Amino acid sequence: MSTTADPTDVEAQTQEKTFKGPRKLTRAEQRAVDAKQRLSSPAASYVALAVALLWTVPTLGLLVTSVRTSRDVQADGWWNAFVRPLFTGFNYQQALDGGLAEGFLNSFIITIPAVIIPITIALLAAYAFAWIPFPGRDFLFVAVFALQVVPIQVTLIPLLQMYVNIGINGSFWPVWLSHTMFGLPLAIFLLHNFMKDVPASLVEAARVDGAGHVTIFFKVLLPLLVPAIAAFFVFQFLWVWNDLLVALVFANNESAPLTAKVADLAGTRGNAWYLLASGAFIAMVVPVAVFLGLQRFFVRGLLAGSVKG
Amino acid sequence: MDWFLDAETTAHKLALMVFAIVLFAAVMALILFAVDKPKKVPAWVVAAGFCGPALLLVAIGLVYPALRTVVDSFRSPDLSSFVGLDNYSAIFTTNGLQQVLGNTVLWVVLVPLISTGFGLVYAYVVDRTRFENFAKTLIFLPLAISGVAAGLIWKFVYEYRPDQPGIEQIGLLNQLLVWVGLEPQQWILNQPWNTFFIIAVMIWINAGFAMTVLSASIKAIPDDMVEAARLDGVSGVQMFVYVTIPAIRPALVVVLTTVAISTLKVFDIVFVMTGGNFGTSVVANEFYRQSFVQANQGLGAALAVLLFVLVIPIIVYNIRQMRLAEEVR
Repeated sequence: MSTTADPTDVEAQTQEKTFKGPRKLTRAEQRAVDAKQRLSSPAASYVALAVALLWTVPTLGLLVTSVRTSRDVQADGWWNAFVRPLFTGFNYQQALDGGLAEGFLNSFIITIPAVIIPITIALLAAYAFAWIPFPGRDFLFVAVFALQVVPIQVTLIPLLQMYVNIGINGSFWPVWLSHTMFGLPLAIFLLHNFMKDVPASLVEAARVDGAGHVTIFFKVLLPLLVPAIAAFFVFQFLWVWNDLLVALVFANNESAPLTAKVADLAGTRGNAWYLLASGAFIAMVVPVAVFLGLQRFFVRGLLAGSVKG
Repeated sequence: MDWFLDAETTAHKLALMVFAIVLFAAVMALILFAVDKPKKVPAWVVAAGFCGPALLLVAIGLVYPALRTVVDSFRSPDLSSFVGLDNYSAIFTTNGLQQVLGNTVLWVVLVPLISTGFGLVYAYVVDRTRFENFAKTLIFLPLAISGVAAGLIWKFVYEYRPDQPGIEQIGLLNQLLVWVGLEPQQWILNQPWNTFFIIAVMIWINAGFAMTVLSASIKAIPDDMVEAARLDGVSGVQMFVYVTIPAIRPALVVVLTTVAISTLKVFDIVFVMTGGNFGTSVVANEFYRQSFVQANQGLGAALAVLLFVLVIPIIVYNIRQMRLAEEVR
């Protein structure tokens, strides 16, 4: 074909285009080419990496401080630890003995029910809103959705009075209840979105086979919703574990979680940085582990809805 | 009865937690068992069984308290008598509270704009680079930690020691000043700039959120669009301004409004770093102080309602933009 290159030979040209010419790249190939182009200019890579490392320096500073001796912490900055390394776990020991061990336990005691209960209740409600037709359904769903915008500050004083009146204030109950109630609107909204994505034919098929709503919920939908549940699990876990406001208002000294204890430490021993640094890291270790472990579910949840603030 | 309320030992607390979960599971099982007779029970009973618990809790925990708070915002400090609009006029006329409002405006304008701007540029630069996942995780990580921890991390960066011979700075920022030959500053004490240094902490947290959402929508831009622009010979910056930004506009609006709302409600950062002193308080922090420290519940309720009212226009804007985006489609 190349030897008989005749500009008027239309057929040959078309053939060449069809068979020998540059084939149109598929999406994946195009992406691979793009990626290579981007990688071939390493400047962007290194700028991005440098910014990310810079972003981490404040945290690193406190981390290094948390393992320096209290005398060193008082004497000079944490960057000196790299030229004069002397590390200890004593600060963590001190912080844990000074009440943070109890706070750590309380954080778990608060967080586990405050995550399980709203997820369960929200799953059931989301199922009803998605798959059980009943009068007023759309109105109720929109109402619940809209409640996401209520700042929890608006609810605290009346709730506190309610808890005092029934005599449960200061125990774990008001903390569990409050986190459950505050988490529901977002949970219902997110889980409903995921539930709506399940093909109706699947639910119909189960219904034709004579399955009731309870069976459909447990046997058909629940297994499909595991990623959605994981997404909301991370949200609610981080929200409850990191919460300070609800804890300050409803918990007492015996049920106070880590955040409240560390905040208290910051107020009373504001200059004891060896304690504060280790305290902050004791409070951070669990949410960071959960976050790193379940990051992709978290991101998916983030993209499916918005985050609660 | 005391057993259920005063848990002091570890074993007791654990037992109480297990009890709470089992109690909850039993109640839910009972409800589901009662409605699981498809033929005998009318549909609305089944619906009530499924969404009744959620609706009940939301009504008790959100709707009723919110309405009560609106009413309380017209009452005296101990809520015993009605005072009309006194609490609201106090917010807008008292010097200290005017400053709180001004600070809140600063927060709500600066945090969403700067974190979204940074997140957008960073998402664009980091896209398809070699260290993309690692770099994004580092930027994202502050979102996982509490405001208390973030506040402490930055309070330590801003830590100030008197500038005397023999005394070393232990805060990174002041040490940097000393290294370049300047005097160390009391970053979170000196008004009015201290507010900006506390705002920086919230930006540090939210930039990761903005970056993640925007990065996902940048990756979702159709390749044809990018390719067409490239064939037209646009430069990198032109591509960013004329292709990337218009294509991810809906995501930008969501990020801006979400960050604005969480910024409005920010409490723990201010609480840990200054306790709202030195002219750094914001509405959410002042709410806590008035309600639970100063025992001025009427004013506290008014501040909470103000917070609520401030959220509404942001939401309305968000919904309107979403509608616009759908119409375009």
